[in-house]
Amino acid sequence: MSLIEVHDLEVHYPIRSGFWNRVTDEVLAVDGVSLSIEAGETYGLVGESGSGKSTTGKSIVGLEKPTHGQVIYKGKDITKSANRQKLDYNQDVQMIFQDSLSSLNPRKRIEDIIAEPLRNFGKLSKDEEKLRVLQLLDIVGLDADALYKYPHQFSGGQRQRIGVARAVATNPKLIVADEPVSALDLSVQAQVLNFMKKIQRDFNVSYLFISHDLGVVRHMCDNIAIMHRGRIVEMGTRDDIYNHPMHIYTRRLLSAIPETSVAHREEARAKREAVEKEFQENQQRYYDKDGKVLPLLDVTSTHKVALPADEVAKLQREAD
Amino acid sequence: MATDEFLAIKDVSTAFKIHGSYYKAVSDVSLDIHNDEILAIVGESGCGKSTLATTIMGLHDPAETKIDGEIDFEGQNLLSLTEDQLNDVRGAKIGMIFQDPLSALNPLKRIGEQIQESLDYHTKMTEAEKKARVLELVNQVGIPNPERVIRQFPHELSGGMRQRVVIAIAIACKPDLMIADEPTTALDVTIQAQILDLLKDIQRENHAGIILITHDLGVVAETADQVAVMYAGQVVEQGSAQQIFDNPKHPYTRSLLRSMPQRDKENDDLYVIQGSVPSLQKMPVDGCKFAPRVPWIPEAAHEEHPSMHEVEPGHQVRCTCYQSFEFQDAKVGEVEA
Amino acid sequence: MWKTILRRVLIIIPEVFVLSILVFLLAKAMPGDPFTGSINPHTSLAHIHHLMKINGLYDPWYQQYWNWLVHLFHGDLGMSYEYQEPVTRIVGERAINTLWLAVFATVLTYAIGLPVGLYAGRHQNSRGDHAIRMYTYVTYAIPFFVILVMGLWIFGYLLGWFPTTGSIGTNVGSGFPAVISRLQHIILPGILQALFGLVGIVQYLRSEVIDATHSDYVRTARSKGVPVKDVFKHHVFRNSLLPITATAGYSITGLLGGSIYTETVFSYPGMGLLFVSAINYRDYTVITALVLMYGVLSMLGTLLSDIIMAAVDPRIRIE
Repeated sequence: MSLIEVHDLEVHYPIRSGFWNRVTDEVLAVDGVSLSIEAGETYGLVGESGSGKSTTGKSIVGLEKPTHGQVIYKGKDITKSANRQKLDYNQDVQMIFQDSLSSLNPRKRIEDIIAEPLRNFGKLSKDEEKLRVLQLLDIVGLDADALYKYPHQFSGGQRQRIGVARAVATNPKLIVADEPVSALDLSVQAQVLNFMKKIQRDFNVSYLFISHDLGVVRHMCDNIAIMHRGRIVEMGTRDDIYNHPMHIYTRRLLSAIPETSVAHREEARAKREAVEKEFQENQQRYYDKDGKVLPLLDVTSTHKVALPADEVAKLQREAD
Repeated sequence: MATDEFLAIKDVSTAFKIHGSYYKAVSDVSLDIHNDEILAIVGESGCGKSTLATTIMGLHDPAETKIDGEIDFEGQNLLSLTEDQLNDVRGAKIGMIFQDPLSALNPLKRIGEQIQESLDYHTKMTEAEKKARVLELVNQVGIPNPERVIRQFPHELSGGMRQRVVIAIAIACKPDLMIADEPTTALDVTIQAQILDLLKDIQRENHAGIILITHDLGVVAETADQVAVMYAGQVVEQGSAQQIFDNPKHPYTRSLLRSMPQRDKENDDLYVIQGSVPSLQKMPVDGCKFAPRVPWIPEAAHEEHPSMHEVEPGHQVRCTCYQSFEFQDAKVGEVEA
Repeated sequence: MWKTILRRVLIIIPEVFVLSILVFLLAKAMPGDPFTGSINPHTSLAHIHHLMKINGLYDPWYQQYWNWLVHLFHGDLGMSYEYQEPVTRIVGERAINTLWLAVFATVLTYAIGLPVGLYAGRHQNSRGDHAIRMYTYVTYAIPFFVILVMGLWIFGYLLGWFPTTGSIGTNVGSGFPAVISRLQHIILPGILQALFGLVGIVQYLRSEVIDATHSDYVRTARSKGVPVKDVFKHHVFRNSLLPITATAGYSITGLLGGSIYTETVFSYPGMGLLFVSAINYRDYTVITALVLMYGVLSMLGTLLSDIIMAAVDPRIRIE
């Protein structure tokens, strides 16, 4: 059974306009997303800004109230706050944010920042708490003298590791990481990603890894869903997505990743422009008449894509 | 490809005043840029790449900075020009493109006005001619509906469209040189590809040179002709894009490339460079600045005053330590203190 | 944009209604009654009750409120118990005096505050800037009434340059001499009020200018080759002044509020002084009229600020 299952999640934001400021329309930030995350895996949620990936992540943590749909954890729908309470959900699911400086309280010392989730849920004595915080700092490779410092005294990478330590404090089952390394330099990014992987190995935690960086996602994720316009256009294993992309939008994203191969750059550009042209010209084939993403259909047991039924049938035959 | 050099940076240092003392953010950088060429300056935050750009543009407050060296551009030394003389160069012969297109545009002025401002100061066009040129520029950078867009305000456009406006401003007077400081960092990946393609097209059309400042090695590999890798205020390696990516020499360049997530190595840990970039005030003044981050290399392998060494034609590396550098695989946990 | 403004104006109506009820009830809740303090010791209790009765003070509150409202719409705010004159007339006379002072002080505040603020921001850390900052700190540290009393003592009493009391000299007649006399009476309180009021503007504008100077769009303008002088003129000053123009609306209320101190210290017969004396004498009808007026004025000031802001800032203009 999956750790968490998201069923037909929708998050709508009202648009108010007109003289009486009434709700005249809605933004469908998330428009029917279903996915399931297994224990101990890293699930990648990829998309460009405005695709609804962060809103999906927040809904799973409980920071955003869905308009419709369910998030099932241990057989209960945790979009209801009573269920979250009952299941200790807020202890089992933690979040890491992109901006490590603004997500850590600048007036609190690291000891208090990391201990905060422990104090909310645990009944540790002072000494036990301190021991646990030291242990957590050790997990993310920071010294004990970090305890009494403030967030601004650390570099971006160190702060992000403090964020990881705080998220791990309650022994969560799932950590939702929203663009955790986007603001970091390459060499620092490597460090944080390594720690995230190590923690996963040691504690069997699952990640929902939200990112726009397909290179990082390929490195981190076992299963991946690509979002566009509030819906999932394609989902599958890393191999499905990177080696057998089917939806034009997935191919468009993949062709836009800069590769470090100087010799093939003109080829890459030609391919990118061809995909872009197809994307612009064949919208009606890949999207419905309102420009919405089509329903997902199974191509293989792991690979789903939002394409018309006849095309999926063809792809299924090819896959067999 | 490379014609004669038209911008030559010679031993340029830029030092900032902090609590009364000067600290070099850029130290002894020498670089040449040619027409029809994209030179990428790549490095992580704090390496001095943006400071170098603003030094070329002359945008530093002379009371707070000390700049040495020479920047020869079309027969004159930019560093010896007066403010008025510089204003004839900026915008006219050198255009600049910034990272965040929303904050780079004045929120209270219409797009058309902001593009036209360059023309106001550098051309003797009539109002009608300027208007026509603005429309032409907006068209050239691929913005649909130019007539409408020039009357809009920055917040009414998407991020990609705003960056196109910033580019239109930079190319308004057909500058010979464009400096693009992280032009795509704030943009989505598909938009990034479009903007980089646009920059390349404009560069070819205008026969301009581009200095592309970025931290993104992928962007460099896709776009640059020449590459300079900067670390701690210095150029540590330079050469053609092919040379840098296919035959990197300096330990820093090699480490950076190795710390990128690679295809088919998903289950391995990423390479982590030991230690961290020192802050401006703690920067070692002399010796190999990268030495503290490769402590397993014997001290004797470094030069006392590291200089550039040619390893193949057009490919130079700072310090001799590259000869004895080998990766020592760091384990997770061996990280900055 | 017109829709926004109209909607904003319509919101004012229920606000004023709620305000009027609050003001009315507040006045009712004040201890004492209008007759207790100012009647002859031999007046019988029965007579006081009679007075209260004919003045409607025993009616239920909503009936009193309704009567007051009906009269209000006829421009009748009742009789002042203290002056035995219609409130509208008393307030009218005072309002003109206050307006003279307020307009003079406002114009002076902005005329000095804007250039000084721009200068301090443009020449940050210069000697001039240091002097200006010193001035703003010192002025902020001293209570306003102390400044007023000191000004009055030095320029009015010791040096004798300005009259120290009233709004117009005695026996000046009418016409031109009266205008001169009025001006003489508002110069000193007006200047003092402006010198205090401009501190906020200067500090705000200075930091706006400094922020704008370091903004990315200024860097863009400079890399276009726009000379520094023009960058300040076209980008920095323009963008920094916008939020200030919006405070002009609020300053209406600020000035009338500030005038309570000024008018009291200078015994200047304006609304502020009237307000203080009305409270002292529990002159309900005057208090209610004034509080209502202050309330409405501040609502209008906010409205004006919102409209100015919407007019000058395109980011708000668009819905």
